[in-house]
Amino acid sequence: MNPPVTAFRALVRKDVAIFLRDRRALLVNLLTPIVVAGFFGFLFGGSGSPDTVSGMPVGIVDLDGSVLSKAVVADLAQDQSLKTESMPEARAQQLVKSGKLRAALVLPAGFGAAAPGALFGRGNKPLVTLLYDPSQSIVRPVVAGLFTQHVMQQLSLALSSGNGISVPFALANVPVSTGPRYNSYAHSFAGMSVQFILFMGIDAGITLLLMREQGMWRRLRAAPLSRGVLLGSRLAATTLIAMLILAVVYLVARVVFGVRIAGSVPGFAMVAFCFALLAASTGLMIAALGRSAGATRGVAMFSVLILVMLGGAWVPAFLFPEWLQRASTLAPTRWAVDGLDAMTWRGLPLEAALAPAAVLFGWAVLFALIAVWRFDWEGD
Amino acid sequence: MHLVADRLQKKFGATTAVTEVSFAAAPGEILGLLGPNGAGKSTTISMLAGLTKPDFGSVKIDGIPLGTGADPAKRRLGLVTQEIALLEELPARKNLEFFGGLYGLSGRALKQRIAAALELTSLADRAGDAPQEFSGGMRRRLNIACALLHEPQILLLDEPTVGVDPQSRNAIFETIEWLAAAGRTLVYTTHYMEEVERLCDRVVIIDHGRVLADNTLAGLLTNAQVSNRLTLIYDLPPDGAALADIRNLPGVTQVNLAGSELAVCAADLGVAAPRVLECLAARGFSCQELTSRRANLEDVFLALTGRTLRDT
Repeated sequence: MNPPVTAFRALVRKDVAIFLRDRRALLVNLLTPIVVAGFFGFLFGGSGSPDTVSGMPVGIVDLDGSVLSKAVVADLAQDQSLKTESMPEARAQQLVKSGKLRAALVLPAGFGAAAPGALFGRGNKPLVTLLYDPSQSIVRPVVAGLFTQHVMQQLSLALSSGNGISVPFALANVPVSTGPRYNSYAHSFAGMSVQFILFMGIDAGITLLLMREQGMWRRLRAAPLSRGVLLGSRLAATTLIAMLILAVVYLVARVVFGVRIAGSVPGFAMVAFCFALLAASTGLMIAALGRSAGATRGVAMFSVLILVMLGGAWVPAFLFPEWLQRASTLAPTRWAVDGLDAMTWRGLPLEAALAPAAVLFGWAVLFALIAVWRFDWEGD
Repeated sequence: MHLVADRLQKKFGATTAVTEVSFAAAPGEILGLLGPNGAGKSTTISMLAGLTKPDFGSVKIDGIPLGTGADPAKRRLGLVTQEIALLEELPARKNLEFFGGLYGLSGRALKQRIAAALELTSLADRAGDAPQEFSGGMRRRLNIACALLHEPQILLLDEPTVGVDPQSRNAIFETIEWLAAAGRTLVYTTHYMEEVERLCDRVVIIDHGRVLADNTLAGLLTNAQVSNRLTLIYDLPPDGAALADIRNLPGVTQVNLAGSELAVCAADLGVAAPRVLECLAARGFSCQELTSRRANLEDVFLALTGRTLRDT
């Protein structure tokens, strides 16, 4: 066999063998994304089954005790989106403050008497207080909306002699994705795979810096090997390891958490490969720009965490403000997460993988070029 | 194969690491590169190994200039680095397979070379164990074995015995001597003069990036005009007349008295020592303690630089 090819194979085989050899590190590398993704997936709604919906805990303080207020409270108690509990105002304040209730509604005395007139602009509007946990401000409009709906329904009943009025439409909730029912595990596995494989990429870069510090790099350069063989083999080995981790993580996601590649399997493989290449080239760039293993690790970790955060790996990007959603498309991680999402729970075809794969590939090439440009070849 | 370093020069920023370094090593020869830490030995080895491109000058193997990177001429070279550069997690055999692979070896040829390298370094029975389970000496031996797999005709050894126990050091010396006897060209850097005296046919003394001397051990001792030394301790120090008598003895080159300690330098201690003792006894001076020391590279280094190797 051609000596450079034999050398390339030896270098790749060495990196893969070292990765597989340390059983404990291997287990951590594979288990960590699975456990963290499982946890996030569970938090954000599990596999999307309707019976997993749990009501928001909301306190009700009825200071009025009128027929109208009692009827509204009863309606709210029937609402599946809420889990209401009547209590005194002081206790409601305390439970919201401690985070045990997401919100509490305080219906003032005179609510039942004033509300019907206020509906037609007569008299003062009764002041209903909504206490809410500022850390979960998204519940505020939800609770306010539900409360408004139930008050209007009860008022219409009270003001008319018949069946009253109700919301003038029926709402059919249809989840829209080409794939199966939404599985929040699919998104969390995409996000956590991206995060932990990038961490692995950092480790690969740090290992290269350690090789310099420990004399191994000097030893490798004593062999008649080109820069292409030395750095290319490192890139290939890290890409291979990243693909291996992705394969195992998604296999567990499929078997245990029901995550399916509902879209194009070749599209998934393409996105996965381009992302693995990106992780590997990130490692090379870190090795090229870093001065010492110790100093570089912290900076690299920080940078990757920012990228991962912007990529929507922790919190889905649609929850970002509009400007941040647009800005985050500059982060390759966003394309990785979106690409994996597209091929799993969104169930999109191969064409939908082309743009994420192309962007990831482009970033990978850019990082690799920076690595080659900045690499200190003669430094030991 | 002949290895020639021709007017090598290397700067790192404003610091000149090596300047005008020239020497040659012939097949079957062990050339010692002796100098204190920071003298420029490792930079010189880096240029000899094709790791660092000289700013000026060249390295030639049998007259052919050596390049860096993927230059095929590097196949003729083996480098034993100062650091133990091994894959600590993988068994010794896997280490050897890896380093053999770097030089394009595979299949049966690789297996045969691995067996030979393990045999030569007495590690055959530990081939399945990882270096992290080895003693310091065994790790050093494996480090050498890894550099021998591609059967280089020139072997560069950069301080290969650092941190090694005496038993392993002897084993390493035997391996080196065997390689020289087999016609390999060896360049051995160290700051231990005892190692150079034991192993090297020729010595290049280097300091502050310059070659101070290049000769055989005997030639260095002669040229540097260093002598063997006799030290005598007396209860009653010899007087001026006795010292004058000793200075006039044939073969005595230098006489110094410091307190009760008399130092006598002579070309041949076997001839000078009895005469010195007889001369002093005749004048009634009774020697309490006598020690002798053969002139060595330390004296040569001292004579050349005004410092001892250990001072630097």
